[in-house]
Amino acid sequence: MTAAIQIDSVEKSYKGFKALKGVSLNIEQGEFFGLLGPNGAGKTTLISTIAGLIRPDVGSVRIHGHDVVRDFREARMKLGVVPQELVFDPFFTVRETLRLQSGYFGLKNNDKWIDEVMENLDLTPKADVNMRALSGGMKRRVLVAQALVHKPPVIVLDEPTAGVDVELRQTLWKFISRLNREGHTVVLTTHYLEEAQAMCQRVAMLKTGNVVALDTMSQLLRRVSGSSLVVHLKHGSLPEGLRHLVAHDENNGGKAYTLRVNEYSEVEGILARLRESGAEIDEMQLQQADLEDIFIQIMEGASQAGVSVR
Amino acid sequence: MNTFSVGFRTLFFKEILRFWKVATQTIAAPVVSAMLYLLIFGHVLDGRVEMLDGVSYTSFLVPGLVMMSVLQNAFANSSSSLIQSKITGNLVFILLPPLSHVEILSAYVVASIVRGLAVGFGVFVITAWFAHLSFVAPLWIVVFALLGAGILGTLGVIAGIWAEKFDQLAAFQNFLITPATFLAGVFYSIKKLPPFWLAVSHFNPFFYMIDGFRYGFFGQSDVSPWTSLAIVAVFFVALAAIAINLLRRGYKLRH
Repeated sequence: MTAAIQIDSVEKSYKGFKALKGVSLNIEQGEFFGLLGPNGAGKTTLISTIAGLIRPDVGSVRIHGHDVVRDFREARMKLGVVPQELVFDPFFTVRETLRLQSGYFGLKNNDKWIDEVMENLDLTPKADVNMRALSGGMKRRVLVAQALVHKPPVIVLDEPTAGVDVELRQTLWKFISRLNREGHTVVLTTHYLEEAQAMCQRVAMLKTGNVVALDTMSQLLRRVSGSSLVVHLKHGSLPEGLRHLVAHDENNGGKAYTLRVNEYSEVEGILARLRESGAEIDEMQLQQADLEDIFIQIMEGASQAGVSVR
Repeated sequence: MNTFSVGFRTLFFKEILRFWKVATQTIAAPVVSAMLYLLIFGHVLDGRVEMLDGVSYTSFLVPGLVMMSVLQNAFANSSSSLIQSKITGNLVFILLPPLSHVEILSAYVVASIVRGLAVGFGVFVITAWFAHLSFVAPLWIVVFALLGAGILGTLGVIAGIWAEKFDQLAAFQNFLITPATFLAGVFYSIKKLPPFWLAVSHFNPFFYMIDGFRYGFFGQSDVSPWTSLAIVAVFFVALAAIAINLLRRGYKLRH
């Protein structure tokens, strides 16, 4: 089967700054794919290249086999993009905006689907309201609706939940999950890693224009060994013998520690060492490793040139 | 390629809707401005100067003002729409769909023609009350109005693509479009100019648009309407080719 998105050796520079350094990856049809990375990693540049808004210096991008530069009409018909910036046309109402966007994709009499999209994104009560009068969250919903008016088989969401409330997130993910179940490929960039962990089947991590990890979510989660033990101390401090287990942060006035635990059996040993040192535990939590732990490990690892692509 | 596709028609309709929703600013205001020009210049100069044989100054001025309004508003429509969309970021709604370069250009230009003609018609209806106009060759009136509006609509697209800020667009308008229009014979016949400026005027394509347009009313012009038609048509084709090339290259649109 043709890949939903095929990215081959894409490089892009801006005035000497290399934003993408030979990115290659395939996203298969029907996948829910996460594109993660810190600010400046090249996520938005890559998405803009997929959308045809940026032309690569080297390499190519194909949507369902259509080159985004040479066969741009076919490629763009297959693609719906939700841009990161909250942009809107102040001259029009929500319904007008969606009808116009439909028309740009060559669709006439698309009101039935437009109504369904608005219903699923809770936009129906705002259908005849001017875009200027909408809240930020509502404008974000319209952006999502605009990307979906032509029922694209590939949907790209560039930080769709940045700065929006819980209600929109739930509404959005419910609808996008439905579309994914119906066969639409979804590509998501987000800084909310718990969202990516919940939604994405496969993930690529970018750092400084390179893919530093590419794997299924389950494989990625297996990469981080064990869990974390978070201890808040009432009295005393962490004994020297346990310092090497500290995972990443210390807070709460230096009395809270996150310790890496490979096996549950190690917990008893840690507690014993704490008791021996005279420390008294105020609160304690055992946490499973999550995508955030992996993200931090991979980003730190990538800094030390450990590229890990599978 | 079907330029009358749904995509073209939608973008054209959007552009019409955009200026129609603010018609006070986009249609009524330029009509009032043109009427003020006529009242002031007509009052001061009527009976004192004669630009064409047997034609009063006010009658001479009306076609010039109509064409000036057509040209300036056709330019304003496409250029302001593009720069607003670029600055607010909503141009992405045009760049993401599978619209062809020809569809994009033709939609912006045809909408500009409609706005230019709407304002020109408004100016004509108001100012015609003050003048005795004849319509010797109405086809020339229509041809030059359409071509003039098309040329300025295309120039507006080029300026809108090139400009990154409102002041750059204002510079394009203030230092190029307005002088070229004013110095093209709106208020005078170039035959009244000294030889040097007469020669310079022949290098101004806007002169041929206004001169040919005026010929349609009075059957008199500074140059043959056929010469004007040839020059204006070549200018239009050249500008359209430049605009298509910019869109194809994604100049300042797709980085």
